[in-house]
Amino acid sequence: MKPVNQKAWFLVTPVLVLVALSAVIPLMTVVNYSVQYVGSTGRFAWVGDEWYREVLHNEKFWNALWRNLVFSGIILAIQIPLGVFIALNMPRKGWGVPACLVLMSLPLLVPWYVVGMIWQMFGRVDIGLMGVMLRDFGYNYEGDPMDAWFTLILMDVWHWTSLVALLAYAGLVSIPDAYYQAARIDGASKWSVFRHIQLPRMARVLTIAILLRFMDSFMIFTEPFAVIAGGDPVFLSTELKQTVELGQKAAMSIIYFLIILALSWVFYAVMTRNDGEGGRKNVRGGEA
Amino acid sequence: MLELRDVSRRVSGVNHLTDISLRLERGALNVLMGPTRAGKTSLIRLMAGLDRPSAGSILFDGQDVTGKPVSKRNVAMVYQQFVNYPGWTVRENIASPLKVRGVDAAEIEREVKRAADLLRLRELLDRKPLELSGGQQQRVAIARAIVKKAGLVLLDEPLANLDYKLREDLRAELPRLFADSAAVVVYATTEPAEALLLDGVTVAMHEGRVTQAGPTQSVYRQPRDLTTARLFSDPPLNTLPVSEAANPARFAGAVTLGVRPHHVRLQPRSAASDIYVGQVESIEINGSESFVRLSVKGQHWVMLARGIHLFAPGTSLTVYVEPDDVMRFDAAGAAIYARREAA
Repeated sequence: MKPVNQKAWFLVTPVLVLVALSAVIPLMTVVNYSVQYVGSTGRFAWVGDEWYREVLHNEKFWNALWRNLVFSGIILAIQIPLGVFIALNMPRKGWGVPACLVLMSLPLLVPWYVVGMIWQMFGRVDIGLMGVMLRDFGYNYEGDPMDAWFTLILMDVWHWTSLVALLAYAGLVSIPDAYYQAARIDGASKWSVFRHIQLPRMARVLTIAILLRFMDSFMIFTEPFAVIAGGDPVFLSTELKQTVELGQKAAMSIIYFLIILALSWVFYAVMTRNDGEGGRKNVRGGEA
Repeated sequence: MLELRDVSRRVSGVNHLTDISLRLERGALNVLMGPTRAGKTSLIRLMAGLDRPSAGSILFDGQDVTGKPVSKRNVAMVYQQFVNYPGWTVRENIASPLKVRGVDAAEIEREVKRAADLLRLRELLDRKPLELSGGQQQRVAIARAIVKKAGLVLLDEPLANLDYKLREDLRAELPRLFADSAAVVVYATTEPAEALLLDGVTVAMHEGRVTQAGPTQSVYRQPRDLTTARLFSDPPLNTLPVSEAANPARFAGAVTLGVRPHHVRLQPRSAASDIYVGQVESIEINGSESFVRLSVKGQHWVMLARGIHLFAPGTSLTVYVEPDDVMRFDAAGAAIYARREAA
């Protein structure tokens, strides 16, 4: 029998401490809040699943959740194809490569709060470029929640499409030139090359891009604050600001966390299921 | 038959290929041999029709195909990288050239089976390429090239990325695989040993030029010039200025002498052997052979000796070379044969 070496525990300690501090402890704190009533004097009282029931019976919560899902859906439907399209048209060599990469990275470098400010200015009817232009065309921008939605989507597309494009570009440049030659020899059309070579070879980075964009867009709070002071596009953010009740906020956070976790898992499972690149499949071995 | 007439290719002022004329027959295995950047891949791209020559013409079966785009030619190609369609199974990959052509399903099934048997892929038909080992992936690519029944099959260093053992296996199979295809098969390699093993026809290339083309054994045994002799020697050819030779009178007319490493011996074979004394620089033992690096009259020589020889560096070593094993080259580097036979 092999002697058991307990020293290994010391080696994983730093990771355990880091993960505990960065993820486990904060999360468990929120879980703790979500099952308690916090009195104004700082006293805690156990309330069980009461906050959860209250949140889940709140119609505003469901409306907001629905809006969130629609928002994420729209964001993904625009950003993923657009990002891939941009990546396909980016140059592969020459001075255009660094130029493109720098230009594409610029929006990503702008802090999200600033992005919100920029677009809020941009849409203002008195001084904003877009607001004034739309006014001149006879449309009163800033009029209703749809305008706010439109601005948010535009803003997110502007801010984050380049992330998708850069990831897709990284996937594209990793395809050896021989693949394109082989396609030419086979007489493949541009579409076939995309469908049968580029898309499968990009599948992995696109999976990551979709997950990142989904999680980020689903958790969008800061930008709406900056863009629409007073609007109500995303329930949770405004609700969080208004409510004083710690427990309710915590319950809501946990529910959102679980939704994101579940949906991300579903996305990942679906996207890697038909994925020929799945290294895990090798395990299947000879039975195939 | 594939024929190249005075083909050149210049890319932004740089000569990639210069004045290449070749006739490659169907049914023979034509090996393009030369170091990296000798122009092998450039030449293969021209043959395939992926690039156009800057000058000269390319004929296939007597027809000028110089400007014909690659998709209109009947060409199959296998690359150093293992190129297969990642989203398709092995079966679909092998079938793809036939599907494009619109062959009926039963025929496709038969051809795929035949190619899969030939390349020992039968068990793997339902897998995806990236679930396979490198050797298996390359087999799939070769199977695709076989079912295509192309008139021209181009293999660009197909074994370079494989493990030593797999490379040996597949190399032994290759001539057999394309033997009855009646295609013009072109195989590029950097290794002289590979050209010798594959036999067939060797086209030796150096800096964008063909230095010699012909049956492999004759190119190896009677290189036309010093460059070809050097290309076709691994470990490198030993050279010596004639003035330094043990017996210069015997090689009158030559300027440079060349001796292959395995022709440098520790024992004389005849009374006429030339005797050289060198200082041992280093020794590499490779299983049952020893590579002895020597300094002979200021030249770096390599002796490939059977058995294990452990000479200390600095040792003086007497070696023997048979006059018949000595290659002779004139001032321009051209090999001299006629005079030896006349003498």
